[in-house]
Amino acid sequence: MLRFSTSKIVATIGFIVIGLLLAVPSLFTPQQRQGFVQSIPSWVPAWMVPTRAIVLGLDLQGGSHVLLEVDVADLVRGRTGLVNQLRDDVRRVLRDNRASVEGGIQVTQRGVQLRISDPNERARIAPKLRELSQPISNVILGQTGARNVDIAESPDGLFQLTLTEQGLNDRVRRAVDQAIEVLRRRVDALGTTEPNIQRQGADRILVQVPGLQDPQRLKEILGQTAKLEFRMVAEPGATDVDLLPSKETPGQTQAIERRVIVEGGDLTDAQPGFDNRTGEPVVNFKFNIRGAQRFGQTTSENVGRLLAIVLDNQVISAPRILSPITGGSGQISGRFTVQQANDLSVLLRAGALPAKLTIVEERTVGPGLGKDSIEAGKHATYVATVFVVIFMFATYGLFGFFANIALLVHVGLIFGLLSILQATLTLPGIAGIVLTIGTAVDSNVLIYERIREEVHAGRSIVSAIQAGFDRAFATIIDSNSTMAIAAVILFFMGSGPVRGFAVVFILGILTTVITAVTLTRMMIALWYHYARPKALPF
Amino acid sequence: MRLLRLWPDDTRFSFMRFRRVSFPFSAAMSLLTIALFLTVGLNFGIDFKGGTLIELQARSGKADVHAVRTTANAFHFGEAEVQEFGNQGGLSLRFPLQSGGEAAQSAVVQKARDAFEREYEFRRVETVGPRVSGELVQSGTIGVILSVLAVLLYLWFRFERELAMGAIVGTLHDIVLTIGFFVVTQIEFNMTSIAAILTIVGYSLNETVVVFDRTRELLRRYKAMPAEELLDLSINSTMSRTVMTATTAFLSLLALVLFGGSAIEGFALVMLFGVVVCTYSAIFISSPVLIYIGAIGRAEAPARDQRVPQPAE
Repeated sequence: MLRFSTSKIVATIGFIVIGLLLAVPSLFTPQQRQGFVQSIPSWVPAWMVPTRAIVLGLDLQGGSHVLLEVDVADLVRGRTGLVNQLRDDVRRVLRDNRASVEGGIQVTQRGVQLRISDPNERARIAPKLRELSQPISNVILGQTGARNVDIAESPDGLFQLTLTEQGLNDRVRRAVDQAIEVLRRRVDALGTTEPNIQRQGADRILVQVPGLQDPQRLKEILGQTAKLEFRMVAEPGATDVDLLPSKETPGQTQAIERRVIVEGGDLTDAQPGFDNRTGEPVVNFKFNIRGAQRFGQTTSENVGRLLAIVLDNQVISAPRILSPITGGSGQISGRFTVQQANDLSVLLRAGALPAKLTIVEERTVGPGLGKDSIEAGKHATYVATVFVVIFMFATYGLFGFFANIALLVHVGLIFGLLSILQATLTLPGIAGIVLTIGTAVDSNVLIYERIREEVHAGRSIVSAIQAGFDRAFATIIDSNSTMAIAAVILFFMGSGPVRGFAVVFILGILTTVITAVTLTRMMIALWYHYARPKALPF
Repeated sequence: MRLLRLWPDDTRFSFMRFRRVSFPFSAAMSLLTIALFLTVGLNFGIDFKGGTLIELQARSGKADVHAVRTTANAFHFGEAEVQEFGNQGGLSLRFPLQSGGEAAQSAVVQKARDAFEREYEFRRVETVGPRVSGELVQSGTIGVILSVLAVLLYLWFRFERELAMGAIVGTLHDIVLTIGFFVVTQIEFNMTSIAAILTIVGYSLNETVVVFDRTRELLRRYKAMPAEELLDLSINSTMSRTVMTATTAFLSLLALVLFGGSAIEGFALVMLFGVVVCTYSAIFISSPVLIYIGAIGRAEAPARDQRVPQPAE
């Protein structure tokens, strides 16, 4: 159809203008955008004003991408892991019911086992043990019917309590949820803008912090479990002790009682400060009521002994208890630098991680490199556009000019769509834009060459143009679909920067079909209508 | 105004004759690639190999490769690869994967920061642990295989099975030669390279599909034309478009190579190579394959004729 109705023209131009307007905010700095938003009169509805700018990936604005993984082995088998918790639970059940077992409680690969030979005793204890197996409830599915512990009883009285797969997954899931909360508090304390913290897969957390000056510090703050415990230093000859490394005398260990007096969870506040006497950086803390009570009681009973402050299984310091500390507040010293004292108080305020996290991937781009990449990307985009625009005009003349307008609109629409979708533009994404500049004109080339062929085959101009668009259309759809398939797969398997490339490529394919087919057809139709040409301009 | 024409109109060039040259040539190149792939191998980046990559920029503007290498090797984190990189004063520093699991990798960065922070700006730090790199290898491989299968499926539905076969032979040829390009140039092979390969898959099919679309159309019009002549006609009539598109793609990628910066240069170079190879294979590999598998010869059967979709008139 070489005739475009007025409504069709209005619709096409309207769509393009809106698309291009969406790209406009990205041309300005955040301050300028803010000023613009304040300057618009209040009777204009907010949704009518495009304010969203393109989101730049970390590789362009600089920043850190850290992928952390819950240490599942530690969660299960660690000192305070699920297996040991289960053993403690079983021990408590036995103690509460005054039952004894021959051979004690053995720890197995993923659970515990115990033997109760006496049938009467077995019948009395078995129901109590079964209470340890709890149903797992799920926010989404409600009661799933699955239980956290599987209990098997053999005829000769061997009880095997095993953590179920579902129970374990549930714990990992909850650990990730809790860890995200803790990490968010920690990262917020660093005062960075717009950190992104999200779950990734079953047992991972992705932390993205743009524009950070000290990525090393971020990693230290993220990676620490920050499990604080107050425990007594063991008297010589004491049993039930842990040998823990000492921070004050590196390479040496200290025997510390297993019993924990107060934990970090009982802290209500922690602030960096300086010791009155020595001027050394310290962390001042306050306990909640329960913590204050227990701390007061223990310190009153143990005046003269050493109190160990244990952080992540390392003895930070072990001061002597000079007098009972009943005020519910205290101070941690440990040869800190000012920043260490600062960070420790951040960690204590944010709380301990529910499980050990390991950094499995880190990608940090300095702000200088990001800026350089943007500059280089802009440069390449301009040069590519100039190359292609000149080449198209040299080859197709007026029709090349039409194609060039379509090309510029195409690039503008990509930016507009990126803005409205708030998709992240990465360096490979910029490469994608440059590449689509080269391939976007392909649709126009297909159409124009077809028109030329039809003219050579003896058709009139109008019917040649008509046939050119119609016949090339199937090819355009086929060739763009194959490109789109590859891009969609790339989107789903890729991560970060590569995904940015896929997004741009998919958007590019969409906009090129719109601009190359609809927009150029409209321009050619209008040209034909007004110029009434006798021959093709190319 | 006299306009540019890269390819003359109405050529009658016999492309199919070249299959006696192009097939042995491509087969030899593919075999050579496989041999090089097995002996020399790809220069895997840390995405797939794990380890640590650090890009430094000398604050003074002049980097001392030798001093950095000596210091880095004194860390005893394995053999440190130090290279000049990018602009004046740029260095890239690579450490192999450390034994001792995920946590051990972080120590490398800490040590490097302590040693070099004063004289060099840390432009980029990337650490990939063994588990993540393993997963990236897996997802990269799956991605490439999946995209080839998905596209095969699409072609099978849109065209006939034989045409799809021809397109896939061409695409596999392009993937193999692109990997050969990676091996020969030793451009780092990482996640972005997978993106480049998938884009080349898309471009390769794009080129083939344009020719085959024409083949399908001509097949309907000239039922009695011999296969070789028909394919030659398809290629000749789409040739001016092929040259045009290859040129615009080439020009934009050239801009990317020249001005896109060192971080994207490898990607752009590979794509540039890809455009050339894809254009070659669409003409000299995918189309002649149709003769060998007899896709066109049987096209005279009337039953097949009706399955060809009619373009809108």
